[in-house]
Amino acid sequence: MSSPLLRLEGVHTHIGAYHILHGVDLEVGQGEFTVLLGRNGAGKTTTLRTIMGLWTAAPGRVWFGGVDIATRSTPEIARRGIAYVPENMGIFSDLTVRENMLVAARSARRAEGMDATRLEWIFGLFPAIRKFWQHPAGLLSGGQKQMLAVARAIIEPRKLLLVDEPSKGLAPAIIQNMIAAFRELKQTDTTVLLVEQNFNFARQLGDKVAVMDDGRIVHSGTMAELVDDEGLQQKLLGLSLAAHQ
Amino acid sequence: MSPSVATAPAADALPQLVADRIPLLLVPALALAALPLMSSLSTWVTLTVAGLAMGMIIFIIASGLTLVFGLMDVLNFGHGVFIALGAYLAVSVLGAMSGWTGSEHLALNLLAVLPAMLVAMAVAGGVGFAFERVIIRPVYGQHLKQIMITMGGMIVGEELIKVIWGPQTIPLPLPAAFRGSLLLGDAAVEKYRLIAVVIGLAVFAAMFWVLSRTKVGLLIRAGVQDREMVESLGYRIRKLFVGVFVAGSALAGLGGVMWGLYQQNVTPQMGAQVNVLIFIVIIIGGLGSVGGCFIGALLVGLLANYTGFLAPKVALFSNILLMVLILLWRPQGIFPVAKR
Repeated sequence: MSSPLLRLEGVHTHIGAYHILHGVDLEVGQGEFTVLLGRNGAGKTTTLRTIMGLWTAAPGRVWFGGVDIATRSTPEIARRGIAYVPENMGIFSDLTVRENMLVAARSARRAEGMDATRLEWIFGLFPAIRKFWQHPAGLLSGGQKQMLAVARAIIEPRKLLLVDEPSKGLAPAIIQNMIAAFRELKQTDTTVLLVEQNFNFARQLGDKVAVMDDGRIVHSGTMAELVDDEGLQQKLLGLSLAAHQ
Repeated sequence: MSPSVATAPAADALPQLVADRIPLLLVPALALAALPLMSSLSTWVTLTVAGLAMGMIIFIIASGLTLVFGLMDVLNFGHGVFIALGAYLAVSVLGAMSGWTGSEHLALNLLAVLPAMLVAMAVAGGVGFAFERVIIRPVYGQHLKQIMITMGGMIVGEELIKVIWGPQTIPLPLPAAFRGSLLLGDAAVEKYRLIAVVIGLAVFAAMFWVLSRTKVGLLIRAGVQDREMVESLGYRIRKLFVGVFVAGSALAGLGGVMWGLYQQNVTPQMGAQVNVLIFIVIIIGGLGSVGGCFIGALLVGLLANYTGFLAPKVALFSNILLMVLILLWRPQGIFPVAKR
């Protein structure tokens, strides 16, 4: 078993008067693709935001590469090698696609300074990025924005990718495109923690799965286990994969 | 890393780029609308140049403030103190170089004015740094407290100016070579107003270049839209904000020098007086938008001059009326910034 790159220990998160996470324990192994499933309001997005330091774990520990990052600032966490694709994609609408990518490429001061080989690889994953390179990102469709959000997160090598519901609101063709891109990404040994509600999307990518409910992890194991066990799906997610195929 | 993913058909669709050019027509439209109301073309030319000069100075002062608001949602009602500080520093520096400012030689005048501007920018920037640390930082995210404490900061600043330079109005004469007018046909155009237009355009061009061609500029534009995402990409937005605040204060100091020379006198309250115009401009332009701020400033400058000549009583509230009309048309301002 691979050693955990990320480990959450008893993480509680409060947002104002609301107690959202109630002691989350989660491990994400190096090179693994882990999917965090759960109904709306289960605490999945809060978990990602807490890892990123956008909300504070109190109490609780977030170990990343052996360092507790629970009290570190968001920029410092990002600089330690975590990339984040938020649910709203976080696209800078008034900037062009090129400028969005340049902002994400911390080591490049100019567009020419971005790693050309990596950029070509990204263009291969998402040809729309090349096509609309000079266009304002605000004009892109929802699917194109999602591609840009993921492309931006991988413009430079990162140790861990946090992705929040990338399939949300996307057309089936774009979802297939996204799945293919994530499969390509998996081949590069990138560690991914992906939040998803679309089980059909999640099962095609995940090595591991954790299911959340009411701010807690209520199940964790391999994706294959969950896919093969309809009873477990019904119990944890209130659905049967067979019924959705 | 091999490209292996096919493009989904829907990924090829993109709406046509429709450039928002209507706001760019506002300034010429206002100028042309005023033309038939003037008694002569020469009057119109004189007032138009005066309005553009006033607008440019307001833009220099307001551009930093709009970015400060856009980046951190900080309402700085104390911005005016940097204007007054810049103007008073110009009084001291130019006063000390009266031999050069009194000379008819343009080069000597410039050698006096440039250090005055640089000193004003440096000191206003330094005071801005302290202002952000001491006054703004404790009240991030608390708008009511920001309004109260920054207004308090401005009052304290004004009183300190009175302690140093005295409470009375001090004349700030133009250097000799800047005085007088040029004749454009029958129209007399003051030399200093042309200089103000040139400096304003230079500041706008420099700002445009920084914001569109440099990484820092990109980060500022990105931060104005979604500061949380900029932080998630690994950048310390507060450092960026401090930089913008200092630059904005320095520009206000420069604007103060120019405003003082435009009025040819300085008073401790001059910052508070200009503050009203600045806030009208950044609201008209769209909070956080430098382009909108530029157009808003020119509109305010032109309208103030036209109404001041045609109907002085209307001039008192013409800019408020302009703001109301713009906001009825575009509630988020001329160029609304796409916020998350």
